[in-house]
Amino acid sequence: MPEGFRDDLFEPDRKELGEGPVYRFALDRREWVAAMGAGLLVTAAGEVALSAGAAVAEIPPSTRLHLGEDGSITVLTGKVEVGQGSRTEIAQAAAEELCVAPEDLRVILADTSVTPNDGSTAGSRTTPSTVPVVRRACAAARELLLRTAADSWDLDPTKLRVDAGSVAHADERVSYAHLARSSRLTSTGDDAVPRRVPLTKVGDWKVLGRSALKVRSREIVTGAHRYPSDIVRPDMLYGCVLRPPSYGAELMSVDLAPATRLDAVAVRDGEFVGFAAKTSHEARNAMKACSETARWQSGPHPSSEELGTLLKARAQTSGGGRRGPRRRESGDVTAALARGTNLAHSYEIPYVQHAPMEPRAAVAEWDDSRLTVWTGTQRPFGVRDHLAEAFRLRPEAVRVIVPDTGGGFGGKHTGEVAIEAARLAKAAGKPVSLRWTRAEEFVWAYFRPAAAFEVRAALNGTRIVAWDFTAYNPGTAAIETPYAIPHVRTQYFPCDAPLREGSYRGIGATGNNFAREVFMDELAAAAGVDPLEFRLENLADERMKAVLRAAADRFGWPGTESFGPGLGTGIAAGFEKGSYIAICAEVRTTGGRVEVERLVSAFECGAILNPRNVQAQVEGCVIQGLGAALTEEIRFEGGRLLNGSFSRYRVPRFQDVPPMETVLLDRTDIDSAGAGETPIIAVAPALANAVFAATGERQRSLPLRLPRA
Amino acid sequence: MAPGRTGGRRDITRFTVRVNRTEMSTDSPAERPLLEVLREDFGLTGTKYGCGEGQCRACTVLIDGRPEPSCLTPVSSAAGASVTTIEGLASDGDLTQVQRAFLEADAAQCGYCTAGMIVEATALLRRNPKPTRSEILDSMNPHLCRCCGYPNILRAVEMAARPEGDDA
Ligand code: FES
Ligand code: FES
Repeated sequence: MPEGFRDDLFEPDRKELGEGPVYRFALDRREWVAAMGAGLLVTAAGEVALSAGAAVAEIPPSTRLHLGEDGSITVLTGKVEVGQGSRTEIAQAAAEELCVAPEDLRVILADTSVTPNDGSTAGSRTTPSTVPVVRRACAAARELLLRTAADSWDLDPTKLRVDAGSVAHADERVSYAHLARSSRLTSTGDDAVPRRVPLTKVGDWKVLGRSALKVRSREIVTGAHRYPSDIVRPDMLYGCVLRPPSYGAELMSVDLAPATRLDAVAVRDGEFVGFAAKTSHEARNAMKACSETARWQSGPHPSSEELGTLLKARAQTSGGGRRGPRRRESGDVTAALARGTNLAHSYEIPYVQHAPMEPRAAVAEWDDSRLTVWTGTQRPFGVRDHLAEAFRLRPEAVRVIVPDTGGGFGGKHTGEVAIEAARLAKAAGKPVSLRWTRAEEFVWAYFRPAAAFEVRAALNGTRIVAWDFTAYNPGTAAIETPYAIPHVRTQYFPCDAPLREGSYRGIGATGNNFAREVFMDELAAAAGVDPLEFRLENLADERMKAVLRAAADRFGWPGTESFGPGLGTGIAAGFEKGSYIAICAEVRTTGGRVEVERLVSAFECGAILNPRNVQAQVEGCVIQGLGAALTEEIRFEGGRLLNGSFSRYRVPRFQDVPPMETVLLDRTDIDSAGAGETPIIAVAPALANAVFAATGERQRSLPLRLPRA
Repeated sequence: MAPGRTGGRRDITRFTVRVNRTEMSTDSPAERPLLEVLREDFGLTGTKYGCGEGQCRACTVLIDGRPEPSCLTPVSSAAGASVTTIEGLASDGDLTQVQRAFLEADAAQCGYCTAGMIVEATALLRRNPKPTRSEILDSMNPHLCRCCGYPNILRAVEMAARPEGDDA
């Protein structure tokens, strides 16, 4: 193996794991009781939220459950809600094990001073990692209450039943609140909950496995819910930040006097230049006045036109470390390639922007040397640590609260807006609200990585005998083929990338699966076999076969009509993060662009916890994928974005939604996995394959374009 | 109240807008977007910023009954008008038909676009109580939902237009 390569597990995605989680707690027992009131506190530990390979270590608690003496039930975890449904799912999980209704309990998410650190909300880990821990904590509490009641009645616990927030026997009934006050019940404190508590069996589920109304949706439809951009503090100012005119531009000088003349707070601290005033309009005016005096120096910056070549030229081919290149080989690929019929092609994907509807926002407030920040981030504890580092504070002196946020899609793992707001608040001596503009969100947030791929395979009849996959820069999620192939080589090269990159829905899996599934189609064509049959023949994984068959059945693959010119159907599948997707698509290309006539998706993520939410996640993910497949592409030149606005960067709208059907396979015998990411990975290849069927020409880069007439 | 000069700064004018059936006033430059006045001066944060350029309609409010992007509406042009925001739809805690339909259809994922969607749908159903699917699509199309929850949002608007038992 070449020097610098490490052959270890490819998961989790290198792009996603920017920094390792840090585990700390800001609260001791006494403070805890002061915050929550007296009652029973149960603490449960889980596995490492994003475990790196085999190293699953015991970590401090990831979930707390508090049963108040007043009857209140509170579940606390460090996860965030960005629209994916975590709050509702956690409420369902707790309700199931405590035998109450989801409305009867409160879920506190992501407040670093009271919730335990549950890592980042990423990698579809809430369902497989957090939900089981919540259930364990709640089941442990239930057992403890049951035993306490049994003791006081001098009965065998198995003779009692638990329902509607109380323990009952014959006509007698005692409430959780009453039991929580019982002197017989000794708080378990911070002791870990035993792992062997019996969880409610799937067949007995009353809350899980059924559609639940989204918690807090009433606040949403009345406008009462406060997103991070809506937080208001007494005496609060509004801020804005002076951005460089291009990537890499350095500030030589700026005169802040014009801002002071306009009664605005102005601060320059190194590269940071920001303003705060009574209204955001005044802050902007102050910024405009000063920006006219700013002198910048900028260097060359590449163009998006040359991305493919650039990435390959800038590939990091040696060096180790967690972010270094990767390679894995099983069998003898070189020899096997020499024996079969070879096919080789290259693919490319551009940068795309998450563009969540709510741009980054934070409100920061100082109290002496303690800092509180309300912000929308998927890494509350990571942002807390960044703030502590930026302001040289102990992490305990920083509190990060994440109100339910207006979208994430992997795009809000960072805390730059929190640091900026805190810097402004410090200068102003007052709380400051900073909300990025849409333009800032386009230019200065990070992007889904652009990437290039080289794929080669050898066929023996209709079987793939050798597979050689090289990916430049996409990230490593789903980089390994799910097909059963005897000789496989997989290589990953990170690149010195021209733009700031980070997570996204599915991250690396979007590009890796695009290249793989289009190439699979090319191989099927070379073998002269139907693409569905070709996939089934080369698969051993029954779950992947099942989604392919389910999508194909519902779709009536390969499409019932005799195709006219410009009509075609395509199929693609994928596996990532414990769930499976297959998509069949029909497109029309006669209108000068790719029009999607019909989409059928089949999805399987083990036992479904909330069918309505899974359906919504799959649909939303697939539609978002239509954008990345057909229109979304960040273009840049000379350090500037050429299309950093919704008028130039086209994202899916109502009229772009094709007739679509979603088939959910509920595997109650398999542990539940997340649903918010994987569906996106089959959209672009299914459409690309349909475009080939319609036009006879292969599209090997995104967004898909029609061949020139 | 008639617009008039106030205070020391020359570009500041007092503007009075009737918001959710209450007269509200602010001293502001004339060109300041209504969106910011609603959110920062009147404390009505239910109306959202999404782009500031008329492309997402998260900021939609009713101005004299018409749905308008408040990010592109200078406060001066709303002076004297009657403005309804998402906070002004439900009365005494009773949700409107459209709000109930959005709840029942589970039409919010992150919910950040929801206020604009509900206000738009409300305006549509007031002027056209029985819209066809394509009329709904035409009205809603300027609104972005980046969670791409479009199918459930459409379902919500259709439910609001055809409440149960009414299959017209
Ligand atoms: S914020 Fe007004 S249209 Fe987007
Ligand atoms: S629900 Fe998130 S933007 Fe529409």
